[in-house]
Amino acid sequence: MKKNKVVMDAEGIDRSLTRMAHEILERNRGTDNLIIIGIRKGGVSLAERLSEKIAAIEGTEIMSGTLDITLYRDDVLTTGIRPPIEKTYIPFPLDKKRVILVDDVLFTGRTIRAAMDALMDFGRPALIQLAVLIDRGHRELPIRADFIGETLPSSLWEKVRVTVTDDRSADEVVIEEG
Amino acid sequence: MKLSSKDMLGIQDLPREEIDLILDTAASFREISERTIKKVPALRGKTVITLFFEASTRTRTSFEIAAKRLSADTINISASTSSVVKGETLIDTARNLESMNPDIIVIRHSAAGAAQILAGLLKQSIINAGDGAHEHPTQALLDMLTIREKKGRIEGLTVAIVGDIAHSRVARSNIYGLVKMGANVVICGPAMMIPRDIERMGVTVCYSMGDAIRNADVVMMLRMQLERQEKNLFPSLREYAQQFSLNRDNIRLAKEDVIVMHPGPVNRGVEIAPDIADGPSSVILEQVANGVAVRMALLYLLSGGTQ
Repeated sequence: MKKNKVVMDAEGIDRSLTRMAHEILERNRGTDNLIIIGIRKGGVSLAERLSEKIAAIEGTEIMSGTLDITLYRDDVLTTGIRPPIEKTYIPFPLDKKRVILVDDVLFTGRTIRAAMDALMDFGRPALIQLAVLIDRGHRELPIRADFIGETLPSSLWEKVRVTVTDDRSADEVVIEEG
Repeated sequence: MKLSSKDMLGIQDLPREEIDLILDTAASFREISERTIKKVPALRGKTVITLFFEASTRTRTSFEIAAKRLSADTINISASTSSVVKGETLIDTARNLESMNPDIIVIRHSAAGAAQILAGLLKQSIINAGDGAHEHPTQALLDMLTIREKKGRIEGLTVAIVGDIAHSRVARSNIYGLVKMGANVVICGPAMMIPRDIERMGVTVCYSMGDAIRNADVVMMLRMQLERQEKNLFPSLREYAQQFSLNRDNIRLAKEDVIVMHPGPVNRGVEIAPDIADGPSSVILEQVANGVAVRMALLYLLSGGTQ
């Protein structure tokens, strides 16, 4: 029988995002040249939330985009199941920009590797920082996050599922026994 | 979801869900052609050979750009400069290429069924870039993508296809595709260029332009194929133009937001008036842009996956 455990509820997620927004602003000393880019699919809603919070704290609009990394995956031709490609929306060159990449769960690190390769094709960012809601360990590449909602030690057979949608009261992070 | 066949030979046997898959994938690939670095590594290390036994600017360049944008290596072979001139057969040419282990072969040939022969013989994926007057599936796919983009849907639209239907692989593939996707297809042309019993493909036949394009959402003009006519099937180009060309007078019979399409190259003044070809209703150049996206989608969907 599969056991599901809710490790973060809607309030917890919101508080973490508020803290992360402050940390991003603190580390980058404001919003100059800052761009928040969410990785499809899991990072998109989180990136929107972070952008909102940052904009509310600083009182300015913030540049944002979304990135689909399907074509940069290291298993793009070998998985057999072809993930549908959604649109990448980065309507400005990234030269000299400070990019905050956002994803829901940091696991093996391969998604982030793919995302960085994709970003490099859009210009030369001044820097790339990584914000994730959950860091569940088990890295297969030397990648780490700069801003973390929660560190969640997990077993390989477990699944970590993040739900962040327009119905904010339904936000949650669930760990499922595989 | 993936394509069920290793090849793309025609629209006739292509299920509707797979057409949707290709069009959806192509829509996402459009954006790559608008970036500064128009390249993604998806097909890195793959080899795509284009084998063209007939002349082409658009299609061959489109396939080459599509493959290169996916980081594949491309080789172009045109029959006139290859050993075909020394008498080498199609099958020998193909077997020799197979030994060099390409991943995808794109073939255009004047004989219907040429692509199918290769598909049966070789383990590589074969894409039909036009076989005689039979099919030209990538053209139909890019046409459907253009219609879908401009009109939001294909189902329920009235699409008029005008010209030398009998000799047109573009018409054939588009008829298969558009009927499958639920459009109401009307075809028109000089009587000797309309195949007998073509109503069985699910189209309505008109012999006058006015009837054909009345209230049409899409008007697709076919090229008058001067190089393909051996016999004179019409008295003169002028007479053809008088009766069957699209101009500013008859275009008013179509819907006000009609889109005008043409597979290219355009014979201005023959099948289409210059001001219509270059006017606001024309989506001819978007078709070309969509062609690269559709071919990228097809190369991507056909390559890799489980052997």
